Amino acid sequence: MEISSDKILDAKGVSCPVPIVRTKKAIEDMEANQVIEVQATDEGSKADIKAWADSTGHDYLGTKEDGEVFIHYIRKAEMDNIKDEVTYSEIVNLEQLKSKLAIKEPITILDVREQEEFAFGHIPGAINIPLGEIEDRFDEIDKTKELHVICRTGNRSDQAAQRLAKKGYKNVKNVIPGMTKWDGPTEMIHEGGKTDDKNNNNE
Amino acid sequence: MTKTITTNELAKKIMNQEDTFILDVRNNDAFSDWKIEGKKVESLNEPYFNLMDGVDSITDKLPKDRNVNVICAKGKSSEMVTDMLEEAGYTNAYSLEGGMKGWSEHLEPVKLGDLKDGGAIYQFVRLGKGCLSYFIESNGEAAIVDAARMTESYENFAKERGVKIKHVLDTHLHADHISGGRKLAKNAGGTYYLPSKDAEEVTFNYTSLEEGKTIHVGNTSVTVQPIYSPGHTIGSTSLVVDETYLLTGDTLFVQSIGRPDLAGKAEDWVEDLRSTLYSRYTNLSDDLIVLPAHFSFVEELAEDGSVSARLGDLYQKNTGLQVEDEDKFRKMVTENLPPQPNAYEEIRKTNMGKMNPENEQQRDMEVGPNRCAIG
Repeated sequence: MEISSDKILDAKGVSCPVPIVRTKKAIEDMEANQVIEVQATDEGSKADIKAWADSTGHDYLGTKEDGEVFIHYIRKAEMDNIKDEVTYSEIVNLEQLKSKLAIKEPITILDVREQEEFAFGHIPGAINIPLGEIEDRFDEIDKTKELHVICRTGNRSDQAAQRLAKKGYKNVKNVIPGMTKWDGPTEMIHEGGKTDDKNNNNE
Repeated sequence: MTKTITTNELAKKIMNQEDTFILDVRNNDAFSDWKIEGKKVESLNEPYFNLMDGVDSITDKLPKDRNVNVICAKGKSSEMVTDMLEEAGYTNAYSLEGGMKGWSEHLEPVKLGDLKDGGAIYQFVRLGKGCLSYFIESNGEAAIVDAARMTESYENFAKERGVKIKHVLDTHLHADHISGGRKLAKNAGGTYYLPSKDAEEVTFNYTSLEEGKTIHVGNTSVTVQPIYSPGHTIGSTSLVVDETYLLTGDTLFVQSIGRPDLAGKAEDWVEDLRSTLYSRYTNLSDDLIVLPAHFSFVEELAEDGSVSARLGDLYQKNTGLQVEDEDKFRKMVTENLPPQPNAYEEIRKTNMGKMNPENEQQRDMEVGPNRCAIG
C-alpha cells in the first residue's frame, strides 16, 4: 500500500482514547481530501480509528503495520459529508400532531420510549416499540400509513426515524419535542394490561 | 479525580443480582463480540469517539436513579467519558478500573458445599471470560483444578484459610486461557497433574493424571478420582470429588457440550466425544453434581452466582446429550461452530511451555470470551 500523506501524527506510546482525540484535533485543521497518517502503538487504535472514521464520514484508507507501530491512513471528508450530529429532517411539532389527531387522519403513532415510560402515559392509540427493539420488530409496523415517531424529548425518535427511513419506510415524521411537552389526551396502562383514558380533551 | 469502580465491586453487584447499568464506550464490534453480562445488567453501547464533542446524545438514555458504570477496553477512555458525564451533571457515573482487560481477570469464589469428612469445595467464577475453576480443601490441604493465570487469587484464598496447596490439576490442555497450574504448584511446592495424552509436546515435568489413580486431599478421605473422558481434547479427564461432584472440564457444560476442534482434530475426536458423553458418563450416578470448567450464558448462574447441575438432569435437558443419531451428532460438533477463542493457538503453546510471553502479552492473549462450547 503506497499512500502519500499530507500530515503525519505521532500517537506512539499513548493508549486509547488519546490517539483518536489527537487525530480528531489534527484533522480539523486539514483541507478536505487531504490524507493524515496516524502512527500509533495501541492495538485498539486499529478498530477504533476505522469505526471513528466510519461514524464521522472520513475515509479510512487502511492500516500498515511496521513492527510494533500501526500506521493508519485517513482521508478527510468533504465538509458536506461530515456527519456532524445528523438529524432526521422530516419533523412535525406537537400542535401539528394534535390537529392531525383532531381531524382523525389515518396516521400511526410509534412511541419508542421504554415500556415503563409508555405505561405511565402515552397518546391514545400509539403503539410502543422501544428504540432498542426497533431493528427486530420492523415487521410490526404498518408501512402504508403515515408514521409519527415520538419519545420523551425527540432524541430517540430522531434515531428511530432515521433507521426506519433507511429501512425503506416512506412518510416517516419525527415528532418534536416529545411527550414531555405533550398536553393533549393520554392514556395509561394499569397492571394487568388494561388501558384507561385520561385527560381526553378530544371527546 | 475521576470516580471509579473496581472490578471487585462491580463483580459483587452482578453476583448479587443488583440492577446494574453499564455504558460501554468501546466500538460496536468489540461490544457485540464480548461484553459484561448478568441477569440484572442493562447496557448501552456508545463508542467514546462519538462522545468527544459532548455527551448530550446519550444523556437521555442514562438512568438517574442508578449508577452508570462506564466501561472501555483498558480503563482510560471510560475515564474521559466519566469526566464528561460528571461535568454534564451526572454525578452517578463511575469508570471501571482496568476496563474489560481488568474485568477478564476477576475471580469470584463461591462456596459450593461441605465435604463429607470435613472441608469444602469452592468454585472460582471468572465472570469476564466464563471460566470456572475449583478449590477443594480438607484438613489443612488444598487441591486446585483448572486454575486461571491469576494465581494470587488462589494463593491468598489458601492463606486466609491456612491451608497448603498440595495438588494442582488441569483436566486438559486449555486453549482458551493460560493455565496458572504449573506456577501455582511450583510456588507452593505441590504436584502439577496433566493428562499425559495432552502433554506429549510439553516442555516441563508433570505428574500424569490417570484414571484409576486416586488423589487424596488432607488426611481425611476426600478423594479425587480421575475418569478418562476424551473428546474436547484427546487427554481430557474428568474428576469425581468426594463421590459427589463430577468435574467435567470442557467436556460437558450445563447448557452445551465441548467442541472437538481446538487442536485441529475435530474429525478424529468426534467419536471420542460421542462415547464419553453417550456411554462413559451414562455409567455414572445420575446424582453427581456436574461442575464444568466454563459457562456460556449468564442464565447458567444460580442465585449465589455458582454454576452446576445434576448429571441426571443434564441427560434430560442439555441439548448436546439428546442427539441419538450419530451423523447428526457429528454434524453438530463439527459444523457451524462459533469462532475459535482469541489467540487459541498461542495459548495452547504457552500452556505446553513452548512459548513464554510476557505478562502484558498474556493478558492481551486472553481478551475475549472463552468459546469452548459448540454453540
